[in-house]
Amino acid sequence: MKQLPVAGKTLTLLFAAAFLVACSSKDTKEADAAAVAAAEAEARSMAERSAATAAANAANAEQQRLQDAVAAAGNVFYFEYDSSTLTPQAQDALDAHIALLNNNDRSVRLEGHTDERGTREYNMALGERRANAVRDYMGVSGIASYRIETVSYGEEQPVAYGSGEANWSQNRRVELK
Amino acid sequence: MKHMSALLLAALMLVSIGTRAQLVIEITQGRDNPTAIAVAPFAWQGTGPVPEDVAQVIDDDLARSGQFDPVARGDMLGRPSSQQEVFYRDWQAINAEYLLIGRVNVTDEVQMRIEYELFDVARQTRVLNGYEEGHVNEARMLSHRVADEVYQQLTGTRGAFATRLLYVSVTRVPNGKDYFRLTLADSDGARPIVLLESREPILAPSWSPDGKEIAYVSFETSRPAIFRQDLASGAREQLTNFRGLNSAPAWSPDGNTMAMVLSKDGNPDIYLMDLGTRRLTRITRHYAIDTEPTWMPDGNALLFTSDRGGRPQIYRYDLRSGATTRVTFEGSYNARPRMAQDGRNLVLVHRSGEGFHIALYDMETSRLQILTNTELDESPSIAPNGSMVLYATKSGDRGILAAVSVDGGVKFRLPAREGDVREPAWSPYMSR
Repeated sequence: MKQLPVAGKTLTLLFAAAFLVACSSKDTKEADAAAVAAAEAEARSMAERSAATAAANAANAEQQRLQDAVAAAGNVFYFEYDSSTLTPQAQDALDAHIALLNNNDRSVRLEGHTDERGTREYNMALGERRANAVRDYMGVSGIASYRIETVSYGEEQPVAYGSGEANWSQNRRVELK
Repeated sequence: MKHMSALLLAALMLVSIGTRAQLVIEITQGRDNPTAIAVAPFAWQGTGPVPEDVAQVIDDDLARSGQFDPVARGDMLGRPSSQQEVFYRDWQAINAEYLLIGRVNVTDEVQMRIEYELFDVARQTRVLNGYEEGHVNEARMLSHRVADEVYQQLTGTRGAFATRLLYVSVTRVPNGKDYFRLTLADSDGARPIVLLESREPILAPSWSPDGKEIAYVSFETSRPAIFRQDLASGAREQLTNFRGLNSAPAWSPDGNTMAMVLSKDGNPDIYLMDLGTRRLTRITRHYAIDTEPTWMPDGNALLFTSDRGGRPQIYRYDLRSGATTRVTFEGSYNARPRMAQDGRNLVLVHRSGEGFHIALYDMETSRLQILTNTELDESPSIAPNGSMVLYATKSGDRGILAAVSVDGGVKFRLPAREGDVREPAWSPYMSR
């Protein structure tokens, strides 16, 4: 074994002493080297573990943040009368869903609905236009089309049964499921 | 599969429903000078209890048409059931213009025979006599046939009382899934039979031209699909299962082709399905909404709704030339066309102001006449004789059926005692 210079030897000993307090004074050069290697490995492993834990924590926090954003946004997007154009509010809400979907591999079902005005078949088509508008917005944001199913229910499944804008506005919607 | 078989069972069992769901007729508007007719109670010549008050069924049919004002039984001075028992002065005294009498018999406990005679009171002559025969279970339908004969004799128009209706009724379940039922009833709302019950939407019921089969859209697979169903056997068949819309089935007049709306190629377009080969032919090819196809009686053209001009209007597609022409121009909303057998009277949903009304569009004069004054009228369906239009409207929060004559003069409502009723489809003439 190659002799270490005195200064180096002293430094190594100091290191070893720092990590291996319990080590006996019966030190040999070989034991010194082994101890040093072990200490270094241990230090590396601990650093890696803590980095991994930190990354996992960060990812969990990010996931949680995305889920919270989705929960806050809700899964219903509303439309103006006879319109399939996404409102700014609907876009903001959808952005939250898109951020989460870009972080997982879930599939979604988009259900389009209308209010009771107009004929049932025309509304069936309008409900599909609304669901497609949401689908297209998600597609542009990178959600693959095979992950999205669209179904129109037209005016057949109202949330609010009565007439008048207060009820109608609740029924003109796309639900993400 | 369990779900499917339960549905199929409901379809096959032809579950009869209680009177609460039955439609009740309320006549709201009749003609100014209806014909006064006395329908004397028919003599019961069988044994045991009378199977049906035949005269009352006829009386109600004639009253519902708005063209007759039947004499109340309490005002009648006699109860003749044969020509020898008819004393014209008794009927002149109560201003009856016509008198219908008849006799009912049942042989072998199942075979019913109704004989009837119609008299012109002023001229003191018999103007019509005949009989109807059939199974006693069909007593009401036999009675409707007598009413059809009387109606034709006195108005010159074939009667449409011995026909049937399809409609969808919905029982709401707050915070849950509604119950949807597809129901078949006589033209007066009597004898309702549930053909299909589902927790998912059922819509767009329509008839085959021979009145033996129906088609409709059911969401029971969690997506829309078109089904056809044989009324006698209950057997049914799923015709489509395409991605996107599968809707608005409409049988061609020869029964061989079904027009429908599919969006599998991107957006809603009209297609024809050959019912023999299942081959599809795409009819419209437009980025707009094309929907609600209906056939011209000669089978050579389709009418449909399209918003290709910005707002929904009626268009006509000629199957021979392939040319599409716009039909309606009046107002910002004309949709859901249904053509009368005369090829001239088109009924549709027309928006004026904030309301959706049923309107009649004359294909020859291009004149549009609004027939109803309620706000949310939809799904017009015209009687096979072209006299009345059945449609869906709202009464308070409830969906009900109502009817109006094509000249707007006669109106009646058919509210159910519970639930929402919608999408009426009047049958063609039923073959015997």
